Amino acid sequence: MNEPRHHGQASHAPAHFSVGALVANFVALMVLLAATVAVAEIDLGRGNFIAATAIAATKTTLIMVVFMNLRYSKPLARLVACAGFFWLAIMFALSFSDYGSRGWLPNADAAAPVENRYSADGNS
Amino acid sequence: MSEAHSIHGPVAHQFDDLQQQREADELGMWTFLCTEILFFGGVFLAYTLYRLRDEAGFADASGTMNLWLGAVNTAVLLCSSLTVALAVHAGETSRRTMLVVCLVLTMILGAGFLGIKGYEYYEKYEEHHMPLFGLPFIYEGQASPATAEMFFDLYFVMTGIHAIHMIIGMGVFTLLLVKALRGGLLGDYSTPVHIAGLYWHFVDIVWVFLFPFLYLIGARH
Amino acid sequence: MTSVAVERQAQPPDAPPKRNYLNAGYTVRSWLFTTDHKRIGLLYLLSITFFFVIGGVAATVVRLDLMTPEGDLVQTETYNKLFTAHGVIMVFFFLVPSIPATLGNFLVPLMVGARDLAFPKINLMSWYVYTCGGLLTLYALAAGGVDTGWTFYAPYSSTYSNTHVMATAVGVFIVGFSSIMTGLNFIVTIHKMRAPGLTWFRLPLFIWSIYATSLIQILGTPVVAIALFLVACERLLGLGIFDPRLGGDPILFQHLFWFYSHPAVYIMILPGMGVVTEIIPCFCRKKIFGYTFIGFSSFAIAVFGFLVWGHHMFVSGQSVYAGMVFSMLSYLVAIPSAVKVFNWTASLYKGSITFETPMLYALGFVGLFTMGGLTGLFVAALGVNVHVHDTYFVIAHFHYIMVGGMVMAYLGGIHFWWPKISGRMYPEAWARFSAILIFVGFNLTFFPQYVLGYLGMPRRYHVYPEEFQVLNVMSSAGASILAVGYLFPLTYLLWSLRYGPYAPPNPWRATGLEWTTASPPPTENFASAPVVTDEPYDYPKFDAEWRDASFSEELAATD
Repeated sequence: MNEPRHHGQASHAPAHFSVGALVANFVALMVLLAATVAVAEIDLGRGNFIAATAIAATKTTLIMVVFMNLRYSKPLARLVACAGFFWLAIMFALSFSDYGSRGWLPNADAAAPVENRYSADGNS
Repeated sequence: MSEAHSIHGPVAHQFDDLQQQREADELGMWTFLCTEILFFGGVFLAYTLYRLRDEAGFADASGTMNLWLGAVNTAVLLCSSLTVALAVHAGETSRRTMLVVCLVLTMILGAGFLGIKGYEYYEKYEEHHMPLFGLPFIYEGQASPATAEMFFDLYFVMTGIHAIHMIIGMGVFTLLLVKALRGGLLGDYSTPVHIAGLYWHFVDIVWVFLFPFLYLIGARH
Repeated sequence: MTSVAVERQAQPPDAPPKRNYLNAGYTVRSWLFTTDHKRIGLLYLLSITFFFVIGGVAATVVRLDLMTPEGDLVQTETYNKLFTAHGVIMVFFFLVPSIPATLGNFLVPLMVGARDLAFPKINLMSWYVYTCGGLLTLYALAAGGVDTGWTFYAPYSSTYSNTHVMATAVGVFIVGFSSIMTGLNFIVTIHKMRAPGLTWFRLPLFIWSIYATSLIQILGTPVVAIALFLVACERLLGLGIFDPRLGGDPILFQHLFWFYSHPAVYIMILPGMGVVTEIIPCFCRKKIFGYTFIGFSSFAIAVFGFLVWGHHMFVSGQSVYAGMVFSMLSYLVAIPSAVKVFNWTASLYKGSITFETPMLYALGFVGLFTMGGLTGLFVAALGVNVHVHDTYFVIAHFHYIMVGGMVMAYLGGIHFWWPKISGRMYPEAWARFSAILIFVGFNLTFFPQYVLGYLGMPRRYHVYPEEFQVLNVMSSAGASILAVGYLFPLTYLLWSLRYGPYAPPNPWRATGLEWTTASPPPTENFASAPVVTDEPYDYPKFDAEWRDASFSEELAATD
């Protein structure tokens, strides 16, 4: 990153995954897809959200590392990929400094029975 | 340094060699994808806030979604990601037939995704779950109609901008297909496939989050 | 930058270089389809000057209207549309693209020793995208204007306003992409296209500040794009993302809007800081003081800039806790800004200072930016902000940054690099005169606004109590001086294109790769690929070599 541009000799094919690895990655993604649908059928309360997000994050990592070839990319490309998510985190964190403290989110006491809020007799 | 350089070789006049060009192209696309992360991030922020405001309402509205169409579409999109990755591989290893086949498959899968999406939109229209253009919005679930309407607003915005990105991607792949049919995009010339592939995979990643957030939070257990 | 290159560089030549980027083609086509970064920089220069004039006319009418407490000149609705037009055009069509898209486009490849930007076609496309967005916005103005203020706050913009919000918002949305393309191009160019020997710490600090600016452009712009897109969806498709009726939150629009628009303030000021950092060491013949501090403070400003957006929303309904967090974080930005001011001042210390026009602008920048920055601390304080929120105090504060800072730096940069851009020298006496005129006019316009705001005059109001008239008349008088001041450079720079003396390659005896090539440069920038061996801003060494070169020339003459 700190080096000025190269004047080396040109082209050799860039490093990449084999066809087998790409197919294996695809199979893993399909398994995760099945898993996320299956987990959603089980009632885990808050756990459903965590599981779904965790699986989505895992799929994202697989796609980025293998399909998008981050494994064999320059460190700079990886840094740039992370920067986007880092800035997204800034956006979420500081927005929540507002929403978390102005009564936007239902508070913990109200959240407990929230599951059944609509089950008794319709709209509240 | 002559202009002719860019016509006769794979390296454009502003670059010194192929490696510099490829690294620049790759960095450019990743930088653009950062932009895209934050573009989608804005709607994801809205989604998160509104969902946390009324989780049960969102769960109820999500329960009306056609889970199987969503799951099939996810599978279709993951397949297209594989074909794109294989296309990149074929380009880099200079296998022309494989490249053309993979590009065609990608476009078929992309079109399939958009077709299914279109059918889902039609279903929503039939069910009066389409709060666009002042169409009547009728919600008979347990969630408050306001929350349900917000859920479907977000559904249409999020899947809508995702679909626009898909359409742009299809356009890019059409151009690549034309080039590939003319015998281009092989070996030293394969970088454009890789760059377009990065974009396509990113659009795929967006859907990887949209699918559970829109289809799977439903209270159908 | 070897002594051979130093030789006779300051001698005014009798003719421009035979082959340069300006005479590479004379057809309209050779300009509209060019991928040469220098020509695209000039296309941008023309376009943003055009928009500056329109935005300036709107401001002039606003100031004229405020001469009387009753606002006799225009209708109230017209007044709302005028200040909106002024804000939208000046922010999105002048300030954001000003230095990056003109001087940045022209200079970045020259300064890093490259033949062009990494993506010349995307660069050209960015200008077309800018033009499309600009035309759409102009259409909106011509068709009846828009009255939301440049901030497009929901729900007024999304639900209530009957003006051309849609076209304007889409225009701004589109122009955002040109900003992203420019930023992306710069980032890749700076990373990948540097000349051999040109390490990060040998780069001109202008490049560091442009890099930091580009970071904000690519990370912030998409967020305002989605915010405006959602407003457009509400108006066009009837969605209600910000609609409280559906549980939506209008304040969320402000969060998204300011997530971009606060860092955008640094898009507008960072390149100006970069220009000033180039000018000051050149006209005091010293090494820049604290190179690494200035470089990293640019990054710090870019990053901290993303942590403070809520200070625009202290009275909007955001929680008090968030207000305190954002207020505290806002003070962070003062640190790198102050680091820069101290380093510029330290660079001047014991320097051999001369007062050429670019230096006058640079010194003006340092003073005015300091005032704008210090009053920024007032408005960043939660308590004081509640008192001065939405008053002329805030107007004065950000005009000290935007106009006193950025426009001064922009003009300074245009004068500094004008010989390189046009191959001609501008008339120095006129230029100094107008620089001073602009400084005086600026202060007369905006200083009274601090007082007005502190006394309680709210912004965006068409009428005001009679006791505010004296200060308002002072401000309007200053604005007319300022307007005249801006007409001077416009005139004499155009004049110099035909009648100015030819410029030598390095008229200021400045360091930096852009001064080692011809004025104006050839299309491919450098006759042979440059290799950098010198440290940046090494003026003492440069001057010594220069003296040696002239001395050996004299010796040769006497032999």
